[in-house]
Amino acid sequence: MTDWLPHLPVLPVVIPLVAGAAMLLLAEARRAERTVMALAATLANLVVAVMLVRMAGGALPGLWPDGVAAYRLGGWQPPFGIVMVADALSAALLLLNAVLALAALAYALARWKRMGPHFQSLFQFIVMGINGAFLAGDLFNLFVFVEVLLASSYGLALHGSGVLRIKAGLHYIVVNLAGSFVFLIGVSLIYGTSGTLNMADLALRVPRLQDGDRVLFEAGAAILGVAFLLKAGAWPLNFWLPSTYGAAAPPVAALFSIMTKVGVYALLRVGSLLGAAPLPDGGAPAPFSEPWLFGIGLATLLLGTAGMLATRQPQRLVAYCVITSAGTLLAAFGLGGAPMKSAALFYLASSVLATGAFFMLSEMVGRTRPAGAEVEEEEPLDAEAPLDPSMPDEDVGIVIPAAMAFLGMGFVACALLVTGLPPLSGFVAKFLLLSATLDIVPSAAPIETWPPAIGVLWAAVLGSSLVSVIALCKMGVRLFWNSGEIVTPRLYALEAMPVAGLLLLSVALAAGVGPAMDYLDRAGRDLSAPQIYIEAVLGKDVPTDLTDIAGGGR
Amino acid sequence: MEFVYALAIGVLTGSGVWLLLRPRTFQVIMGLTLLSYAVNLFIFGMGRLAVGRVPIIDALRQADPARYDDPVPQALVLTAIVIGFATTALFLVVLLASRGLTGTDHVEGEELEP
Repeated sequence: MTDWLPHLPVLPVVIPLVAGAAMLLLAEARRAERTVMALAATLANLVVAVMLVRMAGGALPGLWPDGVAAYRLGGWQPPFGIVMVADALSAALLLLNAVLALAALAYALARWKRMGPHFQSLFQFIVMGINGAFLAGDLFNLFVFVEVLLASSYGLALHGSGVLRIKAGLHYIVVNLAGSFVFLIGVSLIYGTSGTLNMADLALRVPRLQDGDRVLFEAGAAILGVAFLLKAGAWPLNFWLPSTYGAAAPPVAALFSIMTKVGVYALLRVGSLLGAAPLPDGGAPAPFSEPWLFGIGLATLLLGTAGMLATRQPQRLVAYCVITSAGTLLAAFGLGGAPMKSAALFYLASSVLATGAFFMLSEMVGRTRPAGAEVEEEEPLDAEAPLDPSMPDEDVGIVIPAAMAFLGMGFVACALLVTGLPPLSGFVAKFLLLSATLDIVPSAAPIETWPPAIGVLWAAVLGSSLVSVIALCKMGVRLFWNSGEIVTPRLYALEAMPVAGLLLLSVALAAGVGPAMDYLDRAGRDLSAPQIYIEAVLGKDVPTDLTDIAGGGR
Repeated sequence: MEFVYALAIGVLTGSGVWLLLRPRTFQVIMGLTLLSYAVNLFIFGMGRLAVGRVPIIDALRQADPARYDDPVPQALVLTAIVIGFATTALFLVVLLASRGLTGTDHVEGEELEP
């Protein structure tokens, strides 16, 4: 039983990799076997993620007493070997990804998997890429895993084909290929100046850099930050996002909603480690430092909100919700402080669940339109056309009754979650976020002496919520109270269940906010004090008192 | 040597960026290819340029680090080439699909009136 436990941190990469590769060997016609394998792998992935979260909470003190699991591939000693590191933050994101993957897979089983070959394999590979990016302990492996997830996302974004998807996919691929080159330039500049790729080792070496190298290093970090911001969907690097996410097949788009969070995670992780060594002029290098994140986050929030108001197509609206959530997150992280970080992580979990459910729901709502009458001016998403004619349109599950009632309730729940109205977890998340800003100032300080950033964040978050309410009301009225013809759609239980499950999870998140915040507080604390992470990777004997090194190195 | 090397990277990057901003998909893919050459050379250069040094330890030179080149950037370049090549090949397929479906090689999928 305990033999495989030490290998726990690497399983989130190994399980989807093996399952995805094995499915490639099966003939295309053997759908039942593939489905069973995909379900088994996704469930196993979920179990491993739950165990890692328990580990980060200190449930396995024999192996990892600090709750930070560093797995050395091949037994090579860091900083020379490759490490996978799972701490509280990584484990929480892994769990979120596993939950979302299970929901998206279940939804895809009903209908969408018939739309093209190798959907199941690509799906496993994107799960592997996202998991790996959350676990990677060095910059180059982060790059490799990001490429794995991007390469599978190219395939999945085009899944189902159609002119609109090809056009959106073309832009998406060009932007992300260029982004990958920027990523590589940043990584190699950092290696060229500091001589290491291991993130923990980097945190120790940066303060010791000579002045000339220091400038180059800062340039490298800035370039790397641009690549991360591109992946996070931050303004002004996010114009590819609405059309790609808006055109992707819904279960794929649901999984994409955690993909932008990989960029946010990378910014946080690298920023936390680089910020561990205060520079002479203070703070982490440019895009990782807090004023930058705050400004970029605000701009992203504004653009996302404006986009929500302007768009008329449901799935594009959800894509703008993803941008809004990325903007809120970046702005919140930009305000700094451990309580703020844990509150923002709670918001991240809530918004990922909400947008994931919303993407799948928006496709089902789209079926209420009579065939051919697409939502006003938008081009039709010719979803039905490429269905494989050799597959009969058989019923995959029970057709659920009261479909319209379910869709209406689901839409209202998603809208409440996205806008942050009570009683669901979206409200709790925004409440925690705004109340955490008040922790930054001492309680006795008069309101005139508060930093202006707090007021700006309050105004931006609340204003964006108000505008989102208007945008979603508008969309809801147009979708459900339309005077035109509405077809009661056929929904399968298999499609409705994942959406309902994700929404129920967000209810559970709102009800269990105490334990969830206890856990995320730990993640926020570890981010603000990365010594635990560095010690777990490099061992206890490494001098981690950074100020000593900074003084002694000169 | 450094000067020529830097100049080559600069020329490749400049042409790559220019082509990337052109409206035809073929120009875009050529731009991406040139950019990837530039990036690969850049990574290689980050291991410092040296003549006559090998990255793999052999008995002839003993374990003197001064006689060897840094192997890490070379390994990185190898990975970057593979990934860049694969994604560019995928892009080529999308380019052809776009050409077939829209009937034009404009990046917007439609001819814009001059």
